Order: sequence, then structure tokens, then C-alpha cells
Amino acid sequence: MKNSTFVGTLAAATFAAGFAAAGTLDDVKAKGFVQCGVSTGLVGFAAADANGNWDGFDVSICRAVAAATLGDAQAVKFTPTTGKTRFTALASGEVDLLARNTTWTFSRDVDLKFTFVGVNYYDGQGFMVPKELGVASAKDLDGATVCIQTGTTTELNLADFFRVNNISYEPVPIETNAEAQQQYLAGACDVYTTDASGLAATRATFEDPSAHVLLPEIISKEPLGPLVRHGDDQWGDIVRWTLNALVTAEELGVTSANIKEMGAAAGNNPEINRLLGTEGNLGEQLGLSADWAMKAIVAGGNYGEIFARNIGESTPIGLARGLNAQWTDGGLIYSPPFR
Amino acid sequence: MSATTDPKRGGFQLSQLIYDTRYRSMTIQIVALVFFLLGLGWLLNNAAQNLAALDKGLSFGFLGEAAGYDVNQKLVEYHNQMSHGRAALVGVLNTLLVAVLGCILATFLGVIIGVLRLSNNWVVARIMTFYIEMFRNVPVLLWIVLAMAIFIENLPAPKSFRGDDASMWFSETVAVTNQGIFIPRIMGTDYWWLFGVAIVVSVFFWRGINKWASDKQDRSGLRPSTWLIRLVALLLPVLVVYFATTAFTSGHQRDFLVRSTTAVASLDEIKAGKRPDLCFVGGSTSSLNASRVLEKFDIKYRRKKYVTHGGALEGFISGKCSMLSIADADMDQVMADVKENINGDGVLSAVSVDFTTGRALQIDYPALPAKGIPRFEGGTHIRGSLIALTLALALYTAAFIAEIVRAGIMAINKGQSEAAFALGLRPNRTMNLVVLPQALRVIIPPLISNYLNLTKNSSLAIAVGYMDITGTLGGITLNQTGREMESLLILMAIYLAISLTISSIMNWYNESVKLRER
Repeated sequence: MKNSTFVGTLAAATFAAGFAAAGTLDDVKAKGFVQCGVSTGLVGFAAADANGNWDGFDVSICRAVAAATLGDAQAVKFTPTTGKTRFTALASGEVDLLARNTTWTFSRDVDLKFTFVGVNYYDGQGFMVPKELGVASAKDLDGATVCIQTGTTTELNLADFFRVNNISYEPVPIETNAEAQQQYLAGACDVYTTDASGLAATRATFEDPSAHVLLPEIISKEPLGPLVRHGDDQWGDIVRWTLNALVTAEELGVTSANIKEMGAAAGNNPEINRLLGTEGNLGEQLGLSADWAMKAIVAGGNYGEIFARNIGESTPIGLARGLNAQWTDGGLIYSPPFR
Repeated sequence: MSATTDPKRGGFQLSQLIYDTRYRSMTIQIVALVFFLLGLGWLLNNAAQNLAALDKGLSFGFLGEAAGYDVNQKLVEYHNQMSHGRAALVGVLNTLLVAVLGCILATFLGVIIGVLRLSNNWVVARIMTFYIEMFRNVPVLLWIVLAMAIFIENLPAPKSFRGDDASMWFSETVAVTNQGIFIPRIMGTDYWWLFGVAIVVSVFFWRGINKWASDKQDRSGLRPSTWLIRLVALLLPVLVVYFATTAFTSGHQRDFLVRSTTAVASLDEIKAGKRPDLCFVGGSTSSLNASRVLEKFDIKYRRKKYVTHGGALEGFISGKCSMLSIADADMDQVMADVKENINGDGVLSAVSVDFTTGRALQIDYPALPAKGIPRFEGGTHIRGSLIALTLALALYTAAFIAEIVRAGIMAINKGQSEAAFALGLRPNRTMNLVVLPQALRVIIPPLISNYLNLTKNSSLAIAVGYMDITGTLGGITLNQTGREMESLLILMAIYLAISLTISSIMNWYNESVKLRER
């Protein structure tokens, strides 16, 4: 009896150890692609085109990680996840990383046991109204009918905002972004509120986006970022530093146009040299090749290029950098040094 | 007798439990019961252990915490600082509202359609068959979503009422918009319940007169003409109450407690300043008179509606509304009370008004303010979600009820209607007096289960954003507190209670109409 218990415990321990030892990086290398959880379709952040190719701001993170680990930006398989299924997909190992405009909160980090590797977009809850409503500030929305996705944190933020400002509103609870769009466009609600980036992306799909404005008030903090499971620090480090590499590249002026030239031989900026692997052994420390960051940056350009191409001011979504400018430009995007 | 029995072979043996037919069925039942209890115990234990592992023991404390979210349609006073339990109550009332409206409408439609389906008119009968097959064979969720989509897409938005794109119905009294339908409402005084009493008295008199006429007819064979006296019985109590309450309530002197940036002394100063928000309590003399005063002085104001005077006072103290109507005598006390608790800025001032006439009932019409957010003020707002949900549920359930009604009618022997025709009764009287009363006995039991179905189907309300109990307790509260087990247990208990109540009421009714056998 005692013996069998002992053997059982030993077997369990071995199994657990084996499980932990086969890290995500080895898994990814073995299967030859990165399984990446994205949203079900939010233009600019993650959306599949007619040919089934995924593109977008969050998708670029997945591609950069694939390029860094496997050397091929196309070696990614995407799993569309909804707000409800995303955490289960990551926790169960169905996806290797989740890049799906997910807000970094205490309970998700601690209670749900995920590691947020950084913030790739600083967002906040905003309001969208038709221009003809003639409203310049959310504080003028007294008596408005507001479409709100039910069961989200935005619902509570909304109630707080109107209570603090002593104004009244009529909530119209809806379940999905598509439903909200229908009601908003038909005029059944005067205002639509959700994350400002989501509002901009939704507006971009309208027939006449210029007839709608986002109000200046941002009523909550929603730092969005990629996340991985607790317990595999190596994989967490890879995703974290891939994101940091993209950010650092922008800060140091490394772009997809000049990276070939800069990475060919060591230049006179030691940080660029360390980033691109022409000096030091940072790649080796991560368990990757020396030019891992170079591949990641080549995949889609640096952070600024990814931002401009997918959601920047020249795109239909038209988001300004704002908080998401480099710290050197007064924004919050800041990478720890490559050293 | 005893001579023929088998000789006794020892006592009771354990194997008899299986091989002896006297005990076998009992044994099987007990074993089944044990397995059932074990299974149940295992499930409960499993749930308890898993909850313990997640550090989430069963606790209902969250019901007392502030809910933090708002609900649009509330039949009792509610705001987002009230508890989750209160939000659940709001949801329960919304569920009951849609269930009651839906059941009444479904019964009404179902009976008509069921009768028409048996019509001798080929076209009418086929149209009804088509209706029934359409609604019965498509999931109710699709009907709900379709009803809402039609509502939102086809009706004009409130803003289009400002231009010439849309106009109100029935000479500017009813606004049909895609946010809902705004209808006029009767505003009463504190004594509005007297009108209810008056109507009961009228009915009582009416029946008394009828009985008196029938007695006289039985005795003399002649029925006296009673229409005049019946008319008087119908109108007199209501008129008495109306004039009495008008005389009583119009004598009230109104004072206003106003909160504004600078002190005000008269209504003219209020008129010149920013548009005030009146703390309005529906069905109260003070609010009715207050709105009359403001309208008389042509002051643009907006109503912030509250259900109770306490709620209105709370709204004033927290700054949600800026004008409170108070009886002259209570002014000093209320003023002191407000001063003690007030938060936010603004100056308090008391304004006295010598204007106090008005009727005991007044009709309040919906109207769209000329500028600002396009939102109808005044009247009663029947939300689109309520209309779409009620209509879809009623139309769907009516299809089933129609079939039940048809079955009930067909269960009545044809000889009954032939006999009625032979007596010279017209077809509709035959149906109402002979066939349907007998058919009710067949119709009611399956009707109960359709009422239950409608009530349970109302939990699909979230598809159109109607905040029923599934939307509040089973939706937002569950999501925000993470108390899945507790929320769902309460939710199940509530639906169980509603269903059992409906079926016990209907069973009682069934008892009263079923055939008395002698």
C-alpha cells in the first residue's frame, strides 16, 4: 500500500517535471509554428482578409514572435477567441500566446495566473457620437441613450462616470459589437461607448466615418498587451523582449528600410549593435539565434511602423499616437534597455 | 385457511430480497434510491470541493454589495449604488411584467386564431394555418431578434421628429420611435387610489342594479328599463372622487427648494437661469402641482423621475435634480435636513409661489425638446425591447394556444352546436355560450404549460437587451461578482417559484371550471 502510493507520487512528480521541462519554445520549435490567440475580428487589430490572411496590430506581435523564434513570420496559426473564451484557450495550452486587445488587470494577472509581458497599446474607454448631435464633451450627454456591451468593465465605468458628473442616461445593454453598431447607426442609441481603439475601428467600417466623432473624454485606463501562461519564464521572456525589441527599434531609428544595412556589420551605436546581434550574445541568452531581434523587426517593421500601417492616422481607423508615442515624444511607450 | 399455507421454513432469509416477489420491487426501489442519493451527494460534494479549491465557498453576501450598474426599465426605485439584491428585484419585476403581458396577449390571439382556423371560410382558415405553422416551426429566439430588428430599422429615430421626416401620431400625442413608444400618461395626485375605489363601487352598483332588474323580471315577467340609472351608477362615484380630490389638492400652497449657482428669490429668476431639473415623483400631488406651476410660468424644465418622495429627496441631496417641491409647512425642516447632508456645490434657496389650481387628473403628453439630445420628455416610455420581446413571445405562444383551442373545440360533440343552431342561436353566440365554455375544460390543462413556457422563454430577453432577472442577476451580477453558483441557484429558485405560482393559480381556475360530477 505504502509502496504503491510512493510509486504513484513519483510517477506524478516525474510527469509534472516532464511537463514543465518541455517548454513552450521547444514545443513551438517542434511543431514549426506559433499558435496565437487573436480576436474574432476587429479591423486594424486582428482581422482576416478575403484570402484568410490575418493582419493587424495584434497580429503583428504574433508574427514578430514567430520570426524571432522560427525565423519565419508566416509560421503562425491563429485561433480566433471571444471575450469569454480567450482565457480558457490560453490556460489550457490551446494557444501559445494571446494577443487580443486584453486589458492588463490585477485579477487577470494574479487570480487567472497569466503573465502580461508588456503593454502594446494604452487604451481607455471613450464615447462615439454622431457629429450632428452637436456634442463636444461627454459631460453634455445628459439624458442620452447609451449603447453599452453588457457584462464588461465598461458598464461599471459608465455608471461611475455619469454618477460622478451628476448626469442621467438611459443604458441600452447589448451583447456584441455588431449589435451595438446596428442600434447606433439606426439612431436607437445616441452614443456608443467601449474602448476608444475599438470605437475607432468600428467607425472605420461605417459608410461615412466622418459623420461620427470620438469625444475627448477617456474615462478609464485600459492597458492592452500580449500575455502568456504563468510558469514558463523563458517563453515569457521571449515574447516580452520581442515586444521590447520592436519598441527599442523605433526609439533608435531602426526601420525595416535601414535594418539590412545596420545589421550587416557592427556600427558605432552599441545598443543597436546589441539589439541586432552584431555585438554581445543577447540572442544566445534567450535561447535564440543572434539575429532574433533583426528577424522580428524585418517581419513587420518597428513598433511605429506597425502602428502606422495598421491603425495609424493614415489608415481608415486613424488613431493618433497620443499615449502610445515613444517616451522621447512624450508618450508612454518605453522599453527597458538592451544590455 | 391456515391449513393450506406452506410450512414455515426458518425465518426471513436475505436472498428473499431478490427472489421473493413480495420484497423484490421494494429492494429495487431502495437500491435505486441509494444510487440516486449517492449520485446527488457526489455532485454536491464535487461542487463544494471545487469551490473550496478555488477559495470560493458558497456565500450570498454579494447580494448586499453595491451593484454598480444601471438598468433602464425599473418598476421600483433603483440606482447603481443600490445592492445586487435590489437589481435582482428589478429584474424579477421585469420578468413578471413581460410574462403577464405576454400571457394575456397570447391567450387573446390564440383563442381568436384557434377559432378562426376552424372557420368555414376557406381563405381565413388557410391563413390561420399558415400563421400557426410559421410561428410554431421557427425557434422563438429568431422571432425575438427579428421583432427587434424590424423595430429598430423601420421606425424613425427620435431625432427625425425634429424635422419633417417623422411626426407623432393621433394629433401629436403618441410618438413611435425606434427607442420605443412614448404615450401620454395620466398624472394623478396622492389620492389617485380613490379612483380605483370609485370604479369598484361602480361595478358593485352596476351588478346590484342588474340583479334587481332580473329579480323583478322573474317576478313580473317585465324587465324595467335601467340604462339611465346604470349610467348614473357608472359615472357618479368617479365624478364625485374627481371633484372632491380636485377641490382638496388644488388648495395646496407649493414652495420650491432650489439649488443653483446663485441664490434665487422668484420663479422669474429661475426662468432666466439654467434649465432646472425637477425632482418628480409620479402620481403625487406635489409634483403634479409643481409641474403645473412651472408650465404656467413658461419655465423650461426637465423631469427627473423618482418613485418615492424619499428617492426624490435623495436625488436632490446628491445633486441629480435641482428643484424640489415641498409643502409650505415642511419647508424649514426639509431645508435643515438637506443642508446637513448635501454634497456638491450650489446655493440653496426657497421660492414661494401663490399658484395652486388644477384638476385632480392631468394628461401628460410626450414632447421632444427643441434642441440638445433628442429624447422625448414626459408621458410613458414603453421601450422597444419590451415591445419586441412581448410581441415575439406572444405571437409564438399564440400559435400553440391556437392549436389547443382548436383541439378543445373539436372535442365538443357537433350535436351541441347543431342543437344550438336549432334553437336559433347565431354562430358567434353558439361559440361563446355553448361551445367555448365546454371546450375550456379540455383547453386549460395544456394552456398552463404554455403559460409556463412563455415565462421561461422570457429568459431570452438579453437578445434584445431587456433587463429581466436573467439579464441582471444571471448576467451582469454574475459576471461582475464571479459568484456563478450562488447566482444560478437563486435564479433557478426564482423561476421555480414563478412557475409554481402560475400553475397553482391555473390549477385553481381549472378546478372551478371543470365538470362537476354527481
